Amino acid sequence: MIQIRNVDFQIHGNPILHDISTSIPKGQLTALIGPNGAGKSTLLKLIARLEKLQSGSVRIDGLDLSATPTEKLALVMAVLSQHTHVSSRLRLCELVGFGRWPHHHGRPSAHDRAEITRALELFDLTALADRFLDEVSGGQAQRAFLAMTFAQATDWLLLDEPLNNLDMAHARALMRHLAGLVRDQGKSITVVVHEINYAAAWADHVIAMKDGRILAEGPPADVLTEPLLSRLYDVPVAVGTHQGRPLILHHV
Amino acid sequence: MIRPLPVMLAILLSLFVTSLTIGAAQVSLRAAGSDAWAALVLMESRLPRTLAVVLTGAALAVAGTVMQQIVRNKFVGPDTTGTSESAGLGLLLMTILAPDSPVWVRMLVASLTALAGSAAFILLIRRLPAREVMLVPVAGIILSGVIGAVVTFIAWRYDLVQYVGTWLAAGGSSGIIAGRYETLWVAGAAAIAAWFAADRFAILGLGDNVAKGLGLDPAPVMRLGLMVVSVVSALVVVTVGMIPFVGLVVPNIVSRIMGDDLRRSIPVVATAGAALVSACDIIGRLVIYPYEVPVGLIMGIVGSVIFLILLYRPTRPST
Ligand SMILES: Nc1ncnc2c1ncn2[C@@H]1O[C@H](COP(=O)(O)OP(=O)(O)OP(=O)(O)O)[C@@H](O)[C@H]1O
Ligand SMILES: [Mg+2]
Repeated sequence: MIQIRNVDFQIHGNPILHDISTSIPKGQLTALIGPNGAGKSTLLKLIARLEKLQSGSVRIDGLDLSATPTEKLALVMAVLSQHTHVSSRLRLCELVGFGRWPHHHGRPSAHDRAEITRALELFDLTALADRFLDEVSGGQAQRAFLAMTFAQATDWLLLDEPLNNLDMAHARALMRHLAGLVRDQGKSITVVVHEINYAAAWADHVIAMKDGRILAEGPPADVLTEPLLSRLYDVPVAVGTHQGRPLILHHV
Repeated sequence: MIRPLPVMLAILLSLFVTSLTIGAAQVSLRAAGSDAWAALVLMESRLPRTLAVVLTGAALAVAGTVMQQIVRNKFVGPDTTGTSESAGLGLLLMTILAPDSPVWVRMLVASLTALAGSAAFILLIRRLPAREVMLVPVAGIILSGVIGAVVTFIAWRYDLVQYVGTWLAAGGSSGIIAGRYETLWVAGAAAIAAWFAADRFAILGLGDNVAKGLGLDPAPVMRLGLMVVSVVSALVVVTVGMIPFVGLVVPNIVSRIMGDDLRRSIPVVATAGAALVSACDIIGRLVIYPYEVPVGLIMGIVGSVIFLILLYRPTRPST
């Protein structure tokens, strides 16, 4: 479980997060939703120790974030940021290979290499493995970054808008795969998603944020309701059901 | 597929042998076994000089790779970010304030001022908008210009302009000609340290967030990188003078051919840098034979041509 206690965060004196206290359940797929600028990425970065905590505390499986060495945390959680601009000329297989670095620190074993191959296969990248990052499409690059995060083989995965640039088929495949990892391997995964129906269809737990605060949290059926979503995004939405899960109509 | 490392090693080896055989005195390599004078010329003059050139080229090229990696910009090198000029400033100050200090003290001071100069550059570019890639090299050139101007001004006040001029062109003690290369082993060692940390520099190049996510604290890697770049620049400036472009063009060429997986590419960068500077040194010794042109001058001409070609040629595809 990730426990977040009294986390405030400011950037240049502007409050971005206000006294956030919540927990992210272990062994579940959690969706973090909310409008642009709500503070989702900021919260995720704080949990992933990419930003330093200014106040409050975060514990991940009992480990206090500010007291645990960063190398050790890299074996517990892997993170994919929203913006990953890389100017290095790397082949996809090399990029994905860096996902194993926390395990071998420069001396990859046969197991590490097998994991890299597996991650490449998983994201449909085997044929592109020797291409340079600047020679693939946006979605293919996004899949490479995802594969790198997966190769890290951690219990916790924090993914900030992993569906960015992905086509319908790859987006669905990713969500399916995430749900499968949670179900079969007991992984704990948190994803920031904008396409609310992916949260509705696959998440076990939803955290809705707005203006640096948590507006609601709980199972999808409780959070993804008409009044709450209308309030969250300030637009009218209709919520139906499809295969026993909420289906949100928001595009008309 | 051609493997870059063996090819570069072969080229370097032939340049190495060529460098041993040319010079004002006619010496054949084969005679060195029997002829004491020939052996003396080889061991006391040609070999040290050749080693000095090889070490300089290798270390500068690796320093360039490290610089480009920590700045995440391909258009910089130690000679365009104020590092070399800062080393020169330190050396000039030592010449004025403590002219009798031993050479290692001067090198230490030059390394420290080089470190301060490159740290200033890093602080400067942190404030630039990240997307403006071309501002980084521009900021570096401006900083180099400013520090260079300070060096010139101080030199002018102390009537040392000519001294600084020759020494920047050919090294304070003209280390190449004198074959004073021993201290360059330290620069070579710094380059080897960079190779040991190759993965760390490669990960740093992926951005702070990716590095932290992989459990790598960027700050110490950055510091190590700055140290490597500063030590290499300072030792090179002190012993052989400013050698432009190596740290800029060699990493770019190698990156285009084999990418930025530094563990694989740093050895190639080092050999290619050594080969390029050796070639320029050989040219410098031949154009007005039996006199010679400083290697930095030749490198400036060759390097700028290569740089222009690099700017206009598309990158090579991976397959
Ligand atoms: N570097 C920064 N400087 C100033 N303000 C920032 C900075 N980064 C983020 N903010 C502000 O913090 C708030 C939260 O940003 P955050 O990136 O966490 O939003 P988000 O919920 O991830 O939004 P999105 O859905 O657009 O990714 C926003 O109002 C944003 O403008
Ligand atoms: Mg965001």
